[in-house]
Amino acid sequence: MNLWQAVEPSQLISLSILIPFIGALLIVATGKHPNIREAVTLITATVLFSVVLAITDYTFHGVELRLNVAEPIPGLGISFEVEPLGVLFALVASFLWIITSIYAIGYMRGHNEENQTRFFCCFALAISSVMAICFSGNLLTLFIFYEVLTLSTYPLVTHAGNDAAKKGGRVYLGILLSTSIAFLLLAILGTYSLTGTLDFQAGGIFDDSHSKTVLSVLLVLFCYGIGKAAIMPFHRWLPAAMVAPTPVSALLHAVAVVKAGVFSILKVVIYIFGLDELKDLATTDIMLYIGAATILISSCIAMTKDNLKARLAYSTVSQLSYIVVGALLASSIASAGAALHIATHAVGKITLFFCAGAIMVASHKKNISDMVGLGRQMPITMAAFGIGAISIIGLPPMAGTWSKWYLTIGALEADKLFIVATLMISSLLNIAYLLPIPVKAFFNTQSGESKPWTWAETQEAPLPILIALSVTSVGCLALFFYPDPLIDLINLIPGVSTHADMTISLEGEG
Amino acid sequence: MFEQHLIALPILLPLIAAPITLILGHSRLSWMFATAISALACYFSWHLLTATLTESVLSYAVGGWSPPWGIELRVDVANAFVLLAVSALSTLVLIYSKDSIEKEIESSKHALYYTAHLLCLAGLSGILLTGDAFNLFVFLEISSLATYTLVSLASDRRCLTAAFRYLIMGTIGATFILIGVGMLYMKTGTLNMLDLAIRIDVYESSRTINTGLAFIMVGVSIKLALFPLHMWLPAAYTHAPSAVTAFLASTATKVAFYVMIRFIFTIFGLNYVFEEMGMDLILMVLAIVAIFKCSYMATVQSNVKTVLAYSSVAQIGYMILGISLVSVTGLMAGLIHIFNHALMKGALFMAVGAVFYRVGSVEISAFKGLGKQMPFTMAAFTIAGLSIIGVPLTVGFISKWYLVTAALEQQHWILAALVLVGSLLAVVYMGRVIEAAYFQKPPASQDSNQVKEAPWLMLLPMWILVLANIYFGIDTSLTTEAASSASEWLFQTSSIAAANSAEVSQ
Repeated sequence: MNLWQAVEPSQLISLSILIPFIGALLIVATGKHPNIREAVTLITATVLFSVVLAITDYTFHGVELRLNVAEPIPGLGISFEVEPLGVLFALVASFLWIITSIYAIGYMRGHNEENQTRFFCCFALAISSVMAICFSGNLLTLFIFYEVLTLSTYPLVTHAGNDAAKKGGRVYLGILLSTSIAFLLLAILGTYSLTGTLDFQAGGIFDDSHSKTVLSVLLVLFCYGIGKAAIMPFHRWLPAAMVAPTPVSALLHAVAVVKAGVFSILKVVIYIFGLDELKDLATTDIMLYIGAATILISSCIAMTKDNLKARLAYSTVSQLSYIVVGALLASSIASAGAALHIATHAVGKITLFFCAGAIMVASHKKNISDMVGLGRQMPITMAAFGIGAISIIGLPPMAGTWSKWYLTIGALEADKLFIVATLMISSLLNIAYLLPIPVKAFFNTQSGESKPWTWAETQEAPLPILIALSVTSVGCLALFFYPDPLIDLINLIPGVSTHADMTISLEGEG
Repeated sequence: MFEQHLIALPILLPLIAAPITLILGHSRLSWMFATAISALACYFSWHLLTATLTESVLSYAVGGWSPPWGIELRVDVANAFVLLAVSALSTLVLIYSKDSIEKEIESSKHALYYTAHLLCLAGLSGILLTGDAFNLFVFLEISSLATYTLVSLASDRRCLTAAFRYLIMGTIGATFILIGVGMLYMKTGTLNMLDLAIRIDVYESSRTINTGLAFIMVGVSIKLALFPLHMWLPAAYTHAPSAVTAFLASTATKVAFYVMIRFIFTIFGLNYVFEEMGMDLILMVLAIVAIFKCSYMATVQSNVKTVLAYSSVAQIGYMILGISLVSVTGLMAGLIHIFNHALMKGALFMAVGAVFYRVGSVEISAFKGLGKQMPFTMAAFTIAGLSIIGVPLTVGFISKWYLVTAALEQQHWILAALVLVGSLLAVVYMGRVIEAAYFQKPPASQDSNQVKEAPWLMLLPMWILVLANIYFGIDTSLTTEAASSASEWLFQTSSIAAANSAEVSQ
C-alpha cells in the first residue's frame, strides 16, 4: 500500500524532513489555539509515518532513493540516500512520534506545563533532524543534522526553566557539543583527508592501504565523538537530560536522540570502516571492553537510584552499550542484533518512561520507594511497566528477547565469551533493578493491611496517556511474535545477516 | 572613461564625499549621503571582483605616471574579494548607524562621525588597492587617524583613554611599518610592490632587508592585534560607539591581515619569509597561544563587548594559523575566514549595539530576559554566536573545515585537534550570554515596557548579516571560489617573482 505513488520517489526523502519542519512552523502559527496546535502535531506525525512507510515499501522493492541538496564544500555535498538501517530507525522514530504526541498532549495538559508551543515546535524540529540523520548519505550530512538535533533538543531539556533544568541543560549541551566538535569533527576530517570521500559505502571506504594505527585512532575518535551513544565516561549528559518533561525523556532520550547516537556508530562501523576492516584494528577490542564495562557499571549505578527517571536513564546508558558492543563485535549477526535492538529497546524503554510520566501526573510520585502498593491505584500503568521491564530484560514473550538472542549468538560467533557473560550478568542486573518496581506495586501495600481491591480505588492517569502506554506495551508483545518485517529489513543491510553460520565456531570449540 | 577609472573609484568616492558630509552638517542628511556613497563604492567593488575573476589582474596608473615610477593601483582576486567585504560591511553599518549613534554620540558630532567613517573607508580601500608600499603606509594612516576619531566620539568618557591608547599603539605600529618600508627603499630604490618583489630577492641575505622584514611584521602585527600585541583592541572595542565597533571589528583588522599577506606573499616572497626566516613557526605558535589565551579571556569578562573583542583577537589567531601552514588550503582558510568573520562579528556587535540602544548597558547581567523582550535581536545574536562556535550550516563551520583540512593535509593532527578544542571555548563564552538572555528572568528593577525590540533600521542590516551567515554556510561557491583562486594566485605569483629575480641576478 503506497499512498505517495504520485510523488517522485527521491522526493519522499525531502518530504520526510520537510513535513515535521513545516509542522513546527504550523505549530508556532497556531500556538494560540491549543486544540488546533495539537491537531497539527498529530496530523504531521501521521503523515510523516505514511511517508516513511512509502519509503520502506520502495526499499523492499529494491528502489534506490538518492537526493543531493547543496554542496557547501566543493566535491562534498549535503546528500541523502535511503538504506535499510536508516529506514528501520526512521520507522521506529516516526511511529513512536505519533504515540508520544498523544501521550504528550495528556501529559503536558495534565501537568499544566508552560511554553507548550515552544515544546511542540522544538519536538517537531528534533524529529525533522532525526529523519535527516536516518537518510543521510554521507558523514558530513550526518554530522550537520547530529548538531541540529543537539541544538533543537536543548530548549526541551531546559523546558522547566529553573536552576536544575539550566544545570542539566548545560551538562547536556556541554558534553554533546564538545565531544562532537573535538572528536567527531576531527574524525570526519581525518577520514576525509585519508580517503577523499565521506560517502557511506557498503563494505566501508577504508582499505588496506590505510595505516592500521591511524584507523585505530579514528575508531576511538568516532566512538567517543558520537557522544549521543553515551559510552562511559561521556554518559553524564543522559541522566542530566532527565530534567526535561517526561515525553521528551520518553521519545528523545530513550528513542530518537540516543538512538541517533548508536545509529551513527552502526553506520560508521558498517559503511565507513566495514566489518572486515574493523576486525583487524587494535582498538576494536579495547572499545568493546569499554562498552561491556559501561553495560555493567551503569546497571550497578541504576540500582542505587531511587528516582525512577534517573534509574531508567542509567538503564538506557547500559542498553545503548549493547548496541555499541553489537556493532564492535564486527560479526554480521551481532550487527543484526544491534540494529534490531534499536527497535526493541525503543518500544520497551518508551513504555517504561510513559509509565514514569503517568505516575508523576496521576500521583505526583518520583521516587521508587514511594511506589509500593501503587498497583492498586494504577493497575494499567503498572501492568504496562511490567511488560516494558520484561522486554528490557529480554525474556519471552517480549520483543527484547530477539535482539538479545542475536547479540549473544554474535558474541559466541566472534568467540568473545567475555561479552556473552556480560550480556547474561546484565540481564540479571536488569531483573534486580526493574522487576521489583511492579512487583512491589502489586503485591505490597503501603500500610501493610490487605483489603480486597476494587476498581473504585483506581486513580489512573488521563486517557491519552493510557492509550499511549497501552499501544507501546502491546508493541512489545507484537514484536516478539511478528518481528519478521524488521528482520527482513535488517537482512537487506549489506554484510549484515541474521542467519548465523554457527558451524565454524562449534567446530573450533570441539 | 568609467571603465577606465573603475579601480580608483572605491577610494576616491568616499575621500571626496567625506568633506562634503562634514559641510552638510545635518545628521539625517549626512547619514543618507554617506550611506549612498558607501553603497556606490560597494557596487564598484562588486564590479571589480567580477572583472578580476575573468581577467585576473587590473592595473591603474595614478595621474598617468606609469609604474614603477608613479603610484600604481592594482587589483587581483585577493584584494577585490576583501574590498567587497569591506565596502559591503561599511554600507550595512552605515544603515545601522542612524539609530545607534543617536543614543551614543552627541547630535552635534553626527556629521563628524559620518565624515570619519567615510575617511576610514577610503583609507581601507586605499590599503587594499594600492600597489605601492609607501602609499600603503599613507592610506594606513588615513584610516587609522579616522579610526582614532571614531573611537573617541562615544559619549562615555572612558572612550578617550581607550582612543589614546589605541593612538599610541597604532602610531608605533605605523612607524614600524614606515621604518621597514624605508629600509626596503634604501636597499632597492623602489616602492612599487612588484618591483620590490623582484629586487628584494637579489639581496636575499642582506641585513637591511632582514631588519626591514622584522619592522614590518611587528608593525603589521600591532595593527591586526596579533597576540601579544593586542592589548589596545579590547579597550578600544569596548568603549567605542557600537556602530564603530561593528565596523572596525569586521573591517580594520581584516585589512591589516590582508596587508600582512601582501607583504609576505607579494613583496618578500614565500621562500624568504618562511623558509629562510622561519616566520611560519613564530606565527603558528603565536596563533595557537592567541586562540587559547584570548578565548579564555573572553570567557571571564562581564562586558559583552569585551567578550566579543577578545573573541576577535582569538579569531585573528585562526587566520594567522591559516597563513602559517604555508599551503594553498591554509591561506584559503585564512582568506575565507576574513570574510566569514566579518559577517559574524558584524552581526554580533550590531546585536549588542541594539541591546545598548534599548537597555543602556552591555554587561552580561543586562542581557537577562532579553530573549523574550527583544526576540529578533537575540535570535540574531544566537545564530551569529553559533557561527562563531562553528556549528554546521553557518559560515563558521566552513572556515573551521578548511582550516582543519589544511592542518591535516600536512599531518598536523595535534594542530587540528587544538583548533577544534579551541572552538569549544567559544561555546562557553557565547553560551554565557545566550543563557542569560533566554533562561534568566529580567531584573525586577527594570521597566519591562521600556525594553522592546530594536528599531527596524537596526534590525535590517543585522539580519542581512545573519542570513548571509547561513547563506554562505550552505552555498559557498562564491566565497570558496574567490578565496581559492586568490590563494592559488598568491602562491603562483610568489614563486614567479622568485623565478624572475633569479633571472635578474644572473
